[in-house]
Amino acid sequence: MPVIPINYYIFLSLALFTIGIVGVLTRRNAIIIFMCIELMLNAVNVLLVAFSKMHHVAAFAVDRATTAGTEAQLFVFFIMVVAAAEVTVGLAIIVMLYRNIHSVDINFLNRLKH
Amino acid sequence: MHINEILFWFLTALALFSAMMVVFSKNPVHSVLWLIVVFMAITGHYIIMNAQFLAIVNMIVYAGAIMVLFLFVIMFMNLNAESEPQKSKWMKFAAVLSGGSLMLILIAALKDNGGFISSMRGEGSIGLIKNLGKVLFTDYVVPFEISSILFLSAMVGAVVLGKKDSSTIVS
Repeated sequence: MPVIPINYYIFLSLALFTIGIVGVLTRRNAIIIFMCIELMLNAVNVLLVAFSKMHHVAAFAVDRATTAGTEAQLFVFFIMVVAAAEVTVGLAIIVMLYRNIHSVDINFLNRLKH
Repeated sequence: MHINEILFWFLTALALFSAMMVVFSKNPVHSVLWLIVVFMAITGHYIIMNAQFLAIVNMIVYAGAIMVLFLFVIMFMNLNAESEPQKSKWMKFAAVLSGGSLMLILIAALKDNGGFISSMRGEGSIGLIKNLGKVLFTDYVVPFEISSILFLSAMVGAVVLGKKDSSTIVS
């Protein structure tokens, strides 16, 4: 019976999340920043599914007909739904900005300051 | 070493390497393609955690629809030139430093727990579409309907934002 500690999934998720944060902080292209945000959302999804599985394994050892852990997977499903809607609106905003200032460089996106 | 552990380490290495390549590649089209590899690796993780429905949804929605949308926008703007201006070296150093210290602190806070994931014989039916669909359409039917309203409003918002400037059409 293969056993994988939950720590491994926590570290994987943290590493993906941190790479996403570093990408948001270092890049200047608005689309790449948006992609790094998607990466962070996916890191959280992996962690939620891992915790759901851990909870289910613990409950399954007691009761073999349990459905513990279903809610977490539905939560991940709703996160994906909201992310899809968010990507639609975000890319529409980026296209609108590109049409106005002919660039997606975030250093030029400071019009609201003036 | 069991096959699940080999797959776990392979998919983890693939996901981390591709995520690095998303951040560090100069060409935005290459970034999108590496991000698709990350999503494929995450789909593999869902499969070895026995969450088949989420694996399929992740593959179709993320690696399929969303990434095609990103690729479409990048090619539409003709951004695949490697001419993106870079941030200064000190800004990059500070960004990597702050990200690394965040990871360090979170690892230090979360490393002491004894949970584990195993695959027992006969378990693993919660990730199937039968169980998830039953719960989704009984207990969670109201959030499901609200998400359809969210999609409708997102669609209206995208159309309004993507339209040409409306004042010129009116005048």
